[in-house]
Amino acid sequence: MADTLSDDVLRRAAERAQSKRFDVRTMPGFTTIAVICFIALYAPLFPMAFYSFNAGDSIAVWQGFSWRWYVSAWSNDLVKDVTVRSLIVAACASGIATVLAVLAALGTTRTQPFRGQTLIYVLINQPLMVPEIVTGVALLVFFAMIKVATGYTGLIYLIAAHAAFCIPFAYLPIRARLEGMDKTLEAAASDLYATPIQAFRRITLPLMTPGIVAGAMLAFVISLDDVVITELVKAAGQDTLPTYMLGQLRRAITPEINAISTALLAITVVLLTTIFFLTSKKE
Amino acid sequence: MANTQMSQTTTGKSAGGFTEAEAERRRVRVNWLLSLPALVWLAFAASGPLLIMVVYSFLTPGDYVGVVWDFSTDAWFQVLFTRDIFDETIVTMADAHLSIFWRSISLSLMTTATTLVFGFPTAYFIATRSPRSRPMWLFLVTIPFWTNLLIRTFAIMELIRNEGLINTVLLKAGLIDTPIQMLFTDGATLVGMTYVYLPLMVLPLYASMERLDFRLVEAGYDLYASRLQVLRRVILPLVKPGVIAGSILVFIPSLGAYVTPRLLGGGRNMMMGNFIEMQFGAGRNWPLGAALSITLLFIVMIALIFYVRNVGKEGSGHG
Amino acid sequence: MDVKRIGGIAVAAMVASAGPAFAEGSLNIYNWGNYTNPDLIEKFSKEYGVEVTVTDYDSNTTALTKIEAGGHGFDIVVPSASYIQIYVGKGLLMEARPDQMENFKYMDPKWVDVEFDPGRHYTVPWQWGTTGVAVNTSVYSGDPNTADIFLNPPEELVGKVNVVPEMNDVMTMAELYVGAEQCTTDKEKLKEVRDILMAAKPKWIAMDYGTTEKLSKGDLMASVNWNGSTFRARLNNPDVVYGYPVTGYPVWMDNVAILADAQNVENAKLFMNYIMAPENAALISAFARYSNGIMGSDEFMPEDMKTAPEIVVPAEFAGKGVFTKECPPESQKFRTAIWTELTK
Repeated sequence: MADTLSDDVLRRAAERAQSKRFDVRTMPGFTTIAVICFIALYAPLFPMAFYSFNAGDSIAVWQGFSWRWYVSAWSNDLVKDVTVRSLIVAACASGIATVLAVLAALGTTRTQPFRGQTLIYVLINQPLMVPEIVTGVALLVFFAMIKVATGYTGLIYLIAAHAAFCIPFAYLPIRARLEGMDKTLEAAASDLYATPIQAFRRITLPLMTPGIVAGAMLAFVISLDDVVITELVKAAGQDTLPTYMLGQLRRAITPEINAISTALLAITVVLLTTIFFLTSKKE
Repeated sequence: MANTQMSQTTTGKSAGGFTEAEAERRRVRVNWLLSLPALVWLAFAASGPLLIMVVYSFLTPGDYVGVVWDFSTDAWFQVLFTRDIFDETIVTMADAHLSIFWRSISLSLMTTATTLVFGFPTAYFIATRSPRSRPMWLFLVTIPFWTNLLIRTFAIMELIRNEGLINTVLLKAGLIDTPIQMLFTDGATLVGMTYVYLPLMVLPLYASMERLDFRLVEAGYDLYASRLQVLRRVILPLVKPGVIAGSILVFIPSLGAYVTPRLLGGGRNMMMGNFIEMQFGAGRNWPLGAALSITLLFIVMIALIFYVRNVGKEGSGHG
Repeated sequence: MDVKRIGGIAVAAMVASAGPAFAEGSLNIYNWGNYTNPDLIEKFSKEYGVEVTVTDYDSNTTALTKIEAGGHGFDIVVPSASYIQIYVGKGLLMEARPDQMENFKYMDPKWVDVEFDPGRHYTVPWQWGTTGVAVNTSVYSGDPNTADIFLNPPEELVGKVNVVPEMNDVMTMAELYVGAEQCTTDKEKLKEVRDILMAAKPKWIAMDYGTTEKLSKGDLMASVNWNGSTFRARLNNPDVVYGYPVTGYPVWMDNVAILADAQNVENAKLFMNYIMAPENAALISAFARYSNGIMGSDEFMPEDMKTAPEIVVPAEFAGKGVFTKECPPESQKFRTAIWTELTK
């Protein structure tokens, strides 16, 4: 083929003009990779769900079908306790972290460089930079002093610690969203005499939402999965699902954990699907 | 809180009778005020207590646990130098720390690269769905992570072990005669790490891709750019903040990872994470653990500043 | 995200956890994860009307660090034998005198005058076990009762051996293997230990936990392993056997102790006495699959445990066990240095 450049260009432009199937949004191979990713993300969940129905007490050797571990998890108050506690801590911590992260992101993006901007950036990301065990031991020592002094040992310490290490996970996606976001709309709003609050609520906040959703989701799963800091900060009766599991690694992991995880997963999926269909029908 | 935006947009007009300098000062003050709640929270429940570790790094290890309050710089000496096990007079550079450090860094780099390769198309795919279904796709990415890390890792093992699903299928299909050893290999570690850190890449990427203006992409095609050129010259610069945020969220936390490398890769060699943890456990050397982690903190901090200053600023024409 | 709603949950959570949970009639147990039979707790709660809270820990150091820091709110802790004297030395345990309790008569006499708590003034046994080697006999048909399995792996096990990343257990076995005492400071012996470990390491495939599953599934053909875990693996895969290294193997025992700053002392003492009753001790063992130290609990035990060679130490190896201890700092220093060199 020895097309001249202009021939080639003309042909391609004509093709694009005629073909309704040319979509500027598609990138070849991207959908395939995305599908592979989704399959890979869910693939390990099948063995997990499978062994939750194991009659034996192994998570790797199948000995027949049974509801045994669901019954055992359901009748074990401790298991229900730790699951609920995990969800409460994750919800509170990711909520707090997201609010703080939104404020900080507003203060550090879309602005002329100011003194201390990099410092703030580094400080906010600090929890990422130290192995959890180190933060955990430091918090253990620090919180123990407060606990001894005040006699208060509630869940608040755990929530405070989780919220803190969740901040960078919420901050970075929100910041990525804000960076390069157009300021002209807000300028227009203020030109139309919108108060700062109105401009924020009507313009900035809706534009930020995808970043906030992404940040909050990350913070939530990070908190939900935390072991090391929780293990060191928790007081009597404050086990979470991961710390409840941790001790099992050196002894024996039973399918009970698979059953809890599978149930949690099923509930989430059902809940989300319901919400999705309800909201999409309404509109 | 919307004052930032307002003050920024009005600076140029010197609205409200402010001089430029006053407006500037006010703007900086507002920016600090907005960041303050997060900073205070961190000072209380993360960074502040870490100062305890700075103190500990200058103390003497306790006999069985903790520290005793005797000043010592031995921990800092041990960060850089090692005394021979059997002859304390022989002092060498701490090559153990270097090799462990390097192992963690190279694994983190590889993990960042693979999560980017797989995460970018996934985020792009989500960002190009209909606006209403995007949150659902986003949820689909995070739902597997509602399940505990250990359980997920054990489930991955179920797929890749010699008697696992993949080998069984391949054997049954007659494609192989003997099982492929996948468990306890570096490849297994990388697959596991990519799996664990994928959402940390996808979500920030999505956050910045979601606002991608496809008119710009179209303009690129109108100017006869190929797909690759459009991707490189138009899309990538636009979503760069997301790429930066994602790489930071994957690279830095994976420096401390060790559970996945141990369960899937065999863990015959220590990673930074369990080496430091060992100092707080069976190694009974809290000061060394503290000194090592402060060293790590400073290295990462400097790298982060360097990264953000150089990669972050160049060529981003907006913001 | 509905911020208001989250705020509401946060407030509710704080209020719910704010009240002192240490009213009369409660008991806070701090124990290893997945180690406490929920049936035992339920039975105790019902019998005495005491509300019991169990909280887990994952290692002796975590537990000790936390208890030493204070403000923890626990009444009972279950440290390993090697840690009892450290606790006592720091004044963290209450001298609860279980030896004067009613059910002390059921204590197996061989566990009464133990080195870590002579005469049992502080503690009663929870469970005990051994660290040995597990081997898959379909690959290796030789004698399993040797530390050669991992320190000098026979041809057929090369590249198939796992060593659990428990520095102290592995070092104790290696020290005993070269004929030294545990926690030796003899440099010649320690050099030997290091050389043997360094030479053996290339023949290992992994240094990892999760041995029960991996032995059952044949990912590993041999491993340094705990007896209870090997017992579970054998139930899954009959080819797995447990070996007691004749050069010596570590014995560990976890013990129930009452903390010096416990707030529910009477309930804690009730519990201590309670678990010395054979039928209750059997409940502990039935759940976590290790032996307890109570006479007569056998008859309440699950059938498969009564004769299991992993649980009931065969007479010929009974004398080879060594109670693990925490080494003094001067010898721990060697262990850490050798371990670092081994795994760097």
